[in-house]
Amino acid sequence: MKLAVEIARTHLFARPRQTVIAMLGVTFGIGMFIAMVSLMTGLNDFTEELTMTSSPDIHIYHDVTRDRESIAEQVNPQGLNLIHHQKPKIETAKVRNALQIADVLRRDERVRGVSPLISSQVFYNYGAVQLNGVILGVDIIEEDRLFDIRSKMKSGRIEDLKSNHDGIIMGTGLAKKLNIATGERIVVTTPQGYTITLKIVGLFQMGIGTVDNVRSYANISTVQTILQQDRGYITDINLKLHDLHTAKEVAAEYGKQFNYKAEDWETANATFLTGVVVRNILTYSVSITLLVVAGFGIYNILNMTIFSKMKDIAILKAMGFSPTDVKNIFLIQAVVIGLVGSIAGLAIGFGLSWLISQAPFDGGDMVSLDHLPVNFDPKYYIIGIVFGVATTALAGYMPSRKAGKMDPIEILRG
Amino acid sequence: MDVLRTRGITKYFYDPEKFQVLKGIDLAVKKGEFLSLIGKSGCGKSTLMYILSTMDTDYEGDLEIAGVSLQGRKQDFLASFRNKHIGFVFQFHYLLPEFTALQNVMIPALKRNAYTRKEVEERAYEKLRILGVQEQALKPTSRLSGGQQQRVAIARALINDPDIIMGDEPTGNLDSYNTHVVFDIFQELTSVYRQTIIAVTHDEEFARKSNRIIEMSDGEIVGGKI
Repeated sequence: MKLAVEIARTHLFARPRQTVIAMLGVTFGIGMFIAMVSLMTGLNDFTEELTMTSSPDIHIYHDVTRDRESIAEQVNPQGLNLIHHQKPKIETAKVRNALQIADVLRRDERVRGVSPLISSQVFYNYGAVQLNGVILGVDIIEEDRLFDIRSKMKSGRIEDLKSNHDGIIMGTGLAKKLNIATGERIVVTTPQGYTITLKIVGLFQMGIGTVDNVRSYANISTVQTILQQDRGYITDINLKLHDLHTAKEVAAEYGKQFNYKAEDWETANATFLTGVVVRNILTYSVSITLLVVAGFGIYNILNMTIFSKMKDIAILKAMGFSPTDVKNIFLIQAVVIGLVGSIAGLAIGFGLSWLISQAPFDGGDMVSLDHLPVNFDPKYYIIGIVFGVATTALAGYMPSRKAGKMDPIEILRG
Repeated sequence: MDVLRTRGITKYFYDPEKFQVLKGIDLAVKKGEFLSLIGKSGCGKSTLMYILSTMDTDYEGDLEIAGVSLQGRKQDFLASFRNKHIGFVFQFHYLLPEFTALQNVMIPALKRNAYTRKEVEERAYEKLRILGVQEQALKPTSRLSGGQQQRVAIARALINDPDIIMGDEPTGNLDSYNTHVVFDIFQELTSVYRQTIIAVTHDEEFARKSNRIIEMSDGEIVGGKI
């Protein structure tokens, strides 16, 4: 085996240009894989994180547009009923016994945090202009435990809301549109026509336009007041789980248990997550293509080498090298090309990823992003090198085996 | 003592049609014999030699070298057997072009793995010295003349002290001066070192000077001189 390594090494060094070209094939394949996978998984993680910061793992609410049994069906359950354009009946969005439900949920050990809240459409008055938006009545401390609002505050503190009954914490995008700052007052109108003046105690930025441009937080009691509802009026319960990947099953369970709509984050953010899947498919298909091309390159070069070394192979066999010994000589060359090429590829991939992470990138109004997110997870570097060496070993195996099986007599007889 | 013995070696070629190349060859070679295999082209002498060399395994009959019966053995066994017991000299030198003369001589011994690297190197120098090419030891083989290359190839054949040296037209590609040199070396090897040599040759003069001639025709041994 030592001798096979020595002969393989001599072969590789005897044709430096060919060796380097074969390695470059692998290097580019792995380098591109690393660069692509770093950027794509970086983007995926970024969108997932954004999604998770703005949406709860499970969202329980009263879906008033849900299909309901019509009167015709109630009266005539056995009959064939055909109802066109059934309208939802007038129902409040209230979740009954919401606080009790929240208590039950808090006791569930899978649940990390629960925040009952009231959400309502409102108009923010900006002079004569009314801006459409959403106000959430929350216990800001509980909401913070779920969404880490504290770290997203651009000015003011979340405790200020707790101590200020007429306070409101507003998204930065919305504040910018309203040309308003912390400490100033804003007039809010509900769809029912109730108007109230609130004081801005802080500004937050989640990093997503759809949240920052419309949402503001107030105390539960404040929102109950402007909606002219009682103290038990709660429209939504948000919760976070310890393991967010169990959300789907847990949501289904809660939906059945409380008889309200329980939506998991995957369903709520289906479009976001489709992007993740598409990006993953893209990354892996392009990378595999690159590696297969590199593999064919190695296959070709090794085949050529073996063809030009037929006499050497014959004499080695005559001198007592077994088919396995001869196979090893060429397989070692393939693996060395693969290993060195892959390591160089990792370095190039790391360099490319670093360059990408340094390039300025404007995320626009939708997401707050100034650089492309790049993932430097070592996991992908390990995948890269394993993949690179495996491909080259596989590509090298076939010609090497052929070399091992070559009949020396035909060559030696000329 | 017989170094090599065959009984009823028979071989067929199947392409383009079935054809019997060897018709029951019985042969015994003693230690220290310098044997020439002669005959017209196509008489089967090279075919016989490749069977004797254990590289061709597609034959019927018995083959025994150094007391080991060799028919029906696995490739790996035969490979290591060749490594220990048989040295080859071909019409062309077949030295590995990427290595120096010394390295070429060392490779079969390194493969055998019976001595340390240092001992192998000493032995290789010794063989090169016997063949008068020790000054060329560290040169790449492409820089050597045809005669020197062939002598390095013979040194390589000798490195593991084989029981038999097999030559396929060992002087076929050399000028008359180098043919003499190689022949003298072979003769010295047999007389001084009791080395057994079997060589296929076209060269009548070369054959005449060897200890024993086996003449073949149409796959049979038709004449021999002891």
